[in-house]
Amino acid sequence: MRGNRRKFMQQTLVLTAASSPLFGALLFPEAAGAEIAVAKPVLSLLEAGLKDLFNGADLTETDQIGIEIPIIAENGAVVPLTITSSLSQVKAIYILVEKNPIPLSAKFVLAPELEVFISARLKMAETSDVWVIAESDEGLFSARKKVKVTIGGCGG
Amino acid sequence: MSTIKIRSKRSDGKIQIRTLISHPMEHGRNRDKATNQLIPAHFIKQLTVMHNDKIIVTADLSASISKDPYFAFVLKSGEAGDKITISWVDNRGEHDSATHELK
Repeated sequence: MRGNRRKFMQQTLVLTAASSPLFGALLFPEAAGAEIAVAKPVLSLLEAGLKDLFNGADLTETDQIGIEIPIIAENGAVVPLTITSSLSQVKAIYILVEKNPIPLSAKFVLAPELEVFISARLKMAETSDVWVIAESDEGLFSARKKVKVTIGGCGG
Repeated sequence: MSTIKIRSKRSDGKIQIRTLISHPMEHGRNRDKATNQLIPAHFIKQLTVMHNDKIIVTADLSASISKDPYFAFVLKSGEAGDKITISWVDNRGEHDSATHELK
């Protein structure tokens, strides 16, 4: 019995030594972790989307865009939204939901015959900021509002 | 039957145009509960609103607009008998349009 136990211990040690590079990687993941960190997107989806849309142009935060949206949305599949603005000569309105898989929800190009007024219903995957960006002759203006979603919109 | 419903209402000389479109607006990440297969994306890509012959709204939509989309716009002025035409095209190339006459 004694001999068996000694033998077993020796074998175990040998095996551990042989596989130590693997154990090392598991125990000290810095080396492996570095690659994952590099692979992470540098920009969030929203930032990337904004960069794509406006070529990195500056957004000016304004209180001249009114967003009417529930603070708490009970159902993320249907979040009613109304946008009004006192800005002059708004050419286009963008609606973005920060944490949706595709943040840009809609882009409306409005003719001057219309008031700056849009109502729509959005899907929201989770609690997040809703951004409204108005493009006018004087540049880009943004406003945002946080909406708390209690049931996600993914279920359709 | 058309998939588009249009209503208009006059208030203070302005005209509110409301539209309700029946469309599934699937974004392609939902699964069919019975078969567990992904439901392919099927959503309206472009919506156009015309006042008589002039385009007044062009909207590029994504699938994060709710199922059976509802939109409202406000027209600064319009005569009785003016035509409002709303049309959509989805990612499968299907399309529809409807015309409404202002009162």
